[in-house]
Amino acid sequence: MMASSYNAKDEDGHHPGSVGSGGPGAVKSKKPDNTAFKQQRLPAWQPILTAGTVLPAFFMIGLIFIPIGIGLLVTSNNIKEFEVRAVAIATSYCVIRALCSYTAPRTKDFSNVFMYYGLSNFYQNHRRYVKSRDDSQLNGDKSSLLNPSKECEPYRTSDKKSIAPCGAIANSLFNDTLELFYIHPNGSRIAIHLVKTGIAWWTDKHVKFRNPGENNNNLSIVFQDTSKPVNWRKPVYELDPSDPDNNGFINEDFIVWMRTAALPTFRKLYRIIQKKKDNMTPTLPPGNYSLEVIYNYPVRSFDGRKRMILSTISWMGGKNPFLGIAYITVGSVCFFLGVVLLIIHHKYGNRNNNADIPN
Amino acid sequence: PMIGFFGRSMARETGESGETKSTKVKKHKRRKSKKESKTRIVHANILYDLTKGGDNPNRHYANNKIKTTKYTLLSFLPKNLFEQFHRFANVYFVFIALLNFVPVVNAFQPELALAPVVFILSVTAIKDLWEDYRRHRSDKEINHMDCLVYSRNEKQYVEKYWKELRVGDFIRLRCNEILPADVLLLSSSDPDRLCHIETATLDGETNLKQRQVVRSFIDLDCEFDPFKYNSVIECEKPNNDLNRFRGYIIHRSGRRDGLYKDNLLLRGCTIRNTEEAVGIVIYAGHETKAMLNNNGPRYKRSKLERQMNVDVFWCVVILLVMCLFSAIGHGLWMFQYGDKRPVFDVLSPEGTDLSPVVSAIYLFLTMIIVFQVLIPISLFVSIEIVKICQVYFIHQDMELYDEETDSHLQCRALNITEDLGQMQYIFSDKTGTLTENKMVFRRCTVAGVEYSAVNQYKIEAPNLTVAPGAEPKPNGPAFCPNTLPSLFMYHSEKDITPDPQLMDKVNECSSQMEFMRFHSQPLNQIPPDLCDIFDFFIALTICNTVVVSSPNQPRQKVGRPTTRNYLLSSPSAESTLTKLNEEKRPEHDLQHAFSPTRPNFEKTKALAQDECELRYEAESPDEAALVYAARAYKCALVGRLPDQVTVELPHLGKLSFELLHTLGFDSTRKRMSVVVKHPLTEQITVYSKGADSVIMDLIRPGTDDCKGKRQRKILYKTQNYLNLYAADGLRTLCIAKKVLSKEEYASWLQHHLEAETAIQRREELLFESALRLETNLQLLGATGIEDRLQDGVPETIASLRKAGLQIWVLTGDKQETAINIAYACKLLDPEEEIITLNADSQEACAVLLENSLHYIQAKFLCNPRPDPQAARDYAGIHFSSPVCSPASSGHSSPFLVHRLGLVIDGRTLAYALDKSLEDDFLAVARSCRSVLCCRSTPLQKSMVVKLVRNKLKVMTLAIGDGANDVSMIQVADVGVGISGQEGMQAVMASDFALPRFRYLQKLLLVHGHWCYSRLANMILYFFYKNAMFVALIFWYQFYCGFSGSAMVDQWYLIFFNLMFSAFPQLITGTLDKDVSAETLQELPQLYMNGQNSEEYKPYMFWMNMIDAFYQSLICFFIPYFAYVDSDVDLFTWGTPITTLALFTILLHLGIETKTWTLMNWMSIGFSIALFFTVALCYNASCPTCFSPSNTYWIMQKLLGDPIFYLLCVVTPIAALLPRYI
Repeated sequence: MMASSYNAKDEDGHHPGSVGSGGPGAVKSKKPDNTAFKQQRLPAWQPILTAGTVLPAFFMIGLIFIPIGIGLLVTSNNIKEFEVRAVAIATSYCVIRALCSYTAPRTKDFSNVFMYYGLSNFYQNHRRYVKSRDDSQLNGDKSSLLNPSKECEPYRTSDKKSIAPCGAIANSLFNDTLELFYIHPNGSRIAIHLVKTGIAWWTDKHVKFRNPGENNNNLSIVFQDTSKPVNWRKPVYELDPSDPDNNGFINEDFIVWMRTAALPTFRKLYRIIQKKKDNMTPTLPPGNYSLEVIYNYPVRSFDGRKRMILSTISWMGGKNPFLGIAYITVGSVCFFLGVVLLIIHHKYGNRNNNADIPN
Repeated sequence: PMIGFFGRSMARETGESGETKSTKVKKHKRRKSKKESKTRIVHANILYDLTKGGDNPNRHYANNKIKTTKYTLLSFLPKNLFEQFHRFANVYFVFIALLNFVPVVNAFQPELALAPVVFILSVTAIKDLWEDYRRHRSDKEINHMDCLVYSRNEKQYVEKYWKELRVGDFIRLRCNEILPADVLLLSSSDPDRLCHIETATLDGETNLKQRQVVRSFIDLDCEFDPFKYNSVIECEKPNNDLNRFRGYIIHRSGRRDGLYKDNLLLRGCTIRNTEEAVGIVIYAGHETKAMLNNNGPRYKRSKLERQMNVDVFWCVVILLVMCLFSAIGHGLWMFQYGDKRPVFDVLSPEGTDLSPVVSAIYLFLTMIIVFQVLIPISLFVSIEIVKICQVYFIHQDMELYDEETDSHLQCRALNITEDLGQMQYIFSDKTGTLTENKMVFRRCTVAGVEYSAVNQYKIEAPNLTVAPGAEPKPNGPAFCPNTLPSLFMYHSEKDITPDPQLMDKVNECSSQMEFMRFHSQPLNQIPPDLCDIFDFFIALTICNTVVVSSPNQPRQKVGRPTTRNYLLSSPSAESTLTKLNEEKRPEHDLQHAFSPTRPNFEKTKALAQDECELRYEAESPDEAALVYAARAYKCALVGRLPDQVTVELPHLGKLSFELLHTLGFDSTRKRMSVVVKHPLTEQITVYSKGADSVIMDLIRPGTDDCKGKRQRKILYKTQNYLNLYAADGLRTLCIAKKVLSKEEYASWLQHHLEAETAIQRREELLFESALRLETNLQLLGATGIEDRLQDGVPETIASLRKAGLQIWVLTGDKQETAINIAYACKLLDPEEEIITLNADSQEACAVLLENSLHYIQAKFLCNPRPDPQAARDYAGIHFSSPVCSPASSGHSSPFLVHRLGLVIDGRTLAYALDKSLEDDFLAVARSCRSVLCCRSTPLQKSMVVKLVRNKLKVMTLAIGDGANDVSMIQVADVGVGISGQEGMQAVMASDFALPRFRYLQKLLLVHGHWCYSRLANMILYFFYKNAMFVALIFWYQFYCGFSGSAMVDQWYLIFFNLMFSAFPQLITGTLDKDVSAETLQELPQLYMNGQNSEEYKPYMFWMNMIDAFYQSLICFFIPYFAYVDSDVDLFTWGTPITTLALFTILLHLGIETKTWTLMNWMSIGFSIALFFTVALCYNASCPTCFSPSNTYWIMQKLLGDPIFYLLCVVTPIAALLPRYI
């Protein structure tokens, strides 16, 4: 790719006289050692940018990137994504019906479908918001449970009882309930089974988040000296009474929320619609669906929007054509530059050759 | 009269301070007044019982324990911290770290934010601690050395540690022992009551210096008994002047004897040639002159660093702008929500609502913390590390090593290596710098007749390669003193083939003298020509301070042919005075002066056979050359004692001249004289030797007709020859004599003795006394000494000039000699026109400058193309040539370098350096290609350098080898000393010390260029790197409500600079070579790169900033769009950005790196490995410890994510794409 010249010098024979001064029993002189390192003559590779080396590099980048980009774009386009924008309605409790026609399934739709809720304009990455949590409390530490970290202020105590879980993140937990129904052509609504576990990182669920009180299954006793976050309707040990493995701090909806989003418009995994066991019928057969939202979460204060997204995922995650486009763009820019430079080089190159300083 | 002036001012100062002190002291108790008075009074300790303590008057003086450490165990922490906080950057970073402890504004975990500052502080502290420990070790070693101290109780000398020594102790010193303190010499085993010391550790001069026993103790025949000593010494307070010591000793009888520098043995010197000496400690420990002279290394700030500081300031501005922008943004963001408080806008810890304005102010402070990386904390440390490495490599360069003297380049200033690459003006001394300073006697003129001595050139060639002392002699190598490197052993000087004609005359002369002495005829019957020749050679032989030693015992003095009785009777000046009154004495002297008849005839005979083996150790090479020349004419110096010089002559044998006075050389008088009693004529004769300009003015041809006529004729002829010599580039010296009548001498002596014994203004009085003596001289002749050019000087000058360096030569030599040498070393070109400025007055000088300025303008400025070829074409044309129109000269730059040489002499220079003329002078000088200042004093040299440096705003380098160059070396931006023949003073004052002038070429062209380009690139890279990294966070502010949030984890943020990206740039900064050493030396033009600061121009900083902003945009927005509207969390998104930034930064460095060595690959590999290792360990270590950021398992997760890899490939390439084009 690049012209390289090894300018390692032969180590010997360069310095006549240096041997002569020594001799038997010579006094130790201050003469510096003749080593490549000390004389700054380490073998070195000097990449020299010339037309001959840069042009192939450009073409190579172009030729490698464009196919990768196309591959990425195709992968991304194969991902089916369906989005419902929920309109905020003044009443705090309402059901939104959304009708949608789900187009004919393809092979890939036999896989799991992921159900996300999305929020926009929600600055979960606000500096004071991000800090407002106590990890050791969430890790099941008894003392932190009763005496949470100062970072949780002003959501640290209420009614002289410590809040569990403390902090602003927990306090603002997304508490809408989304349900999805398949509207059978005959008009009946069939509730689609939404799996609520497996949506959080394994390490979060099993390492980072733990309920206090070790093996005590009765969480109401463990949390008895604490108070629920101000905005919550029910205490933490009632997040999912049906499943003790998804209750308290290890409730996955809670865990997912606690992983603060990077950008103000984000989505969070809500439920998983598992593929059919027989692998024959699509996970979501085509037809009309209705989405029922139990609307608890206020978003008007920050001009927020709520969304529900259904999506499959590929090896590269969710639907995002950008990376493919980026690869194709960079690849084509390189290729284009390569061509331009080649023309310039071809036209004027001969003139420069003589002027090149030999290295 | 420089020395006189200094002496006077110093004396006034001490006098005044003494007076004010003494008036104050009067109020206090007597005991205290003793301590604070202007003099120090030393009593012998054995008079007092130390165990009782209390009444010993010496107890107030510092003892001999030295402590050069800065810290003690207790004081280390506070003191070191205090010193480190003198650095502004450290204060800034501590301020930021402390800001983190304020809850409303903190950005990081407070403890973590302290980490970088603590790291930097502790690295520096550890370095300081280690240095201090080393000092402590060496102090301990020195304090525990042994010496013999007289014990009051045991009544004999007992071994004691140095640290136990006290002022007033008697110590006995043996040969080759190092002096533990400043000691007044009271007794010496040497029969002449002398003690020789080597002062190499103080001033680097390896020749021996004689020290004398205090006068009143000289006559002691038996061994010195401390118990009999009961005198009191009164001397100066401790000071750091090595060449001054004044005081007197008061004996019980009330007699006072003066004490001089010749009586004092200084701490750190080594006793040589003397078996045993006894002295009393005057100054001990930290009050010794050696310790008082111990200044720390100097600190200079390099040009690059000054430039860099400007950009650091710009960084601060950028930082503040970014913070202000964020703060305003945050205020607006808050404002848009109005009263509706969104859930994510967390209240302050107190639960109070913050108004947008208050929030914005808090945020401003927070942003300063978050963006602190923009101000590169590690830059200062990195620069220091890189410079140390650069110094190491310069040190190790084999091509800067001189085989002959076994010395290599020394970097004495560690922090201005890159200045070497930016030099524009070189100011060079001539003698010893351009020339070898190995003087060879070539020609002489005696009594108006010219004789030339051709020396054997063939000897010189082998001498250049043979180590000192290993001159090919039959038995030479057997006792060649290799272990004692002597700078003053001259070989080529010895090999002089005498002029046969002169040789004959010398022979004739001495045989006639022999005859006349034998027949007791008066000597004045000898023809005046022969007499002059005789005097001439006597003057050459004795008018110096050369010490004679034999080669097999290099430090053993030889030639003590006289008996002891004789010696003891004569030395003190007082006794000389008394002797003059007695008429018997001269006969007595005369008897002894004729040595061949003396009993130790056998011994002297043997010595005479060895005569050719004698070595002369001289303070200046001229002296040695003259003595060797005289020896070639069989007029050999065989022994020198403080009061007597022995000369061996062909027929007369050994003659001993009683040496009455030696008026040493000084740069103001420019001459030296000896006063001797001539053994043959018994006349008191003054022999003077000095610069021709000075001596010629002092010559008074006799009034009587015949003699006067002859004298005038000689004067005229000699002047002619002198001009010829100078034209040949020889150094000229005039030799003159004067015969004093007894009355004249007695009256002079009276004054002189007063001067010698004076405590105040002694130097000044001695100077005046010398002036009184050196008048009405009779010219004997002149000598021409050749000073050969050093190897490679013309080539070096040519290539330095090609590199765009202006070379000025400032020399003390006379004009003709200087011009000649300048031609020889290609400084001046025969094709060049030379403007010579010699003016007698200020006005004349002004006119001259004006004229030459007009001339230059008229001649060259009209020329639109000022290339040398064109300039040469115009050289012959009258300046009102038609090409020259006023319009064209108006807009062309008035300061272009032409093929012109400027020669200016010292006197004119003094006028030209006047405030009113300096601009004109500079205007003339800078348009000349080379400038030669002759006859300039050390002060003028430094003034010229200062003028050029300050007025032209250029980088100056001064190079010199002697004490007269010290001031110039100190004034210049970079001072270079040549460790040559004239001692080490120049080296001590210099920033770099070279063994030879020609090494300057590689030092500047190669190392200077490298150091500059490496450092410049590294600094720019540093700015780029920090800006690029910080900008990432800045872009993020648009997506987090300007809340000061960072997607980069605080650990990465803080350690990114310190660890992850630190090593590769250090390696590149140390090892990168933009151009190979060979190319740099072949194409000196490349040096202009550094002169014009092309690697680091102000706009480059901004280019780098723009580049950094572009790259950070790419590095931010590619991941942004790749992850937009997904379920990615803060740090899972931030970590890839950090990784990408690291890759981009390293790749950027890769593009900047010109030469890739294994070290570069390793360092980059190491950096990446370190980042991933740290990230993996950190992300796996503790799920709850690193609150508030919890990055548990993120890196592990990312490594399983294909998008991460895809990002890692495309982003750096996209970011660096503009760099490829």
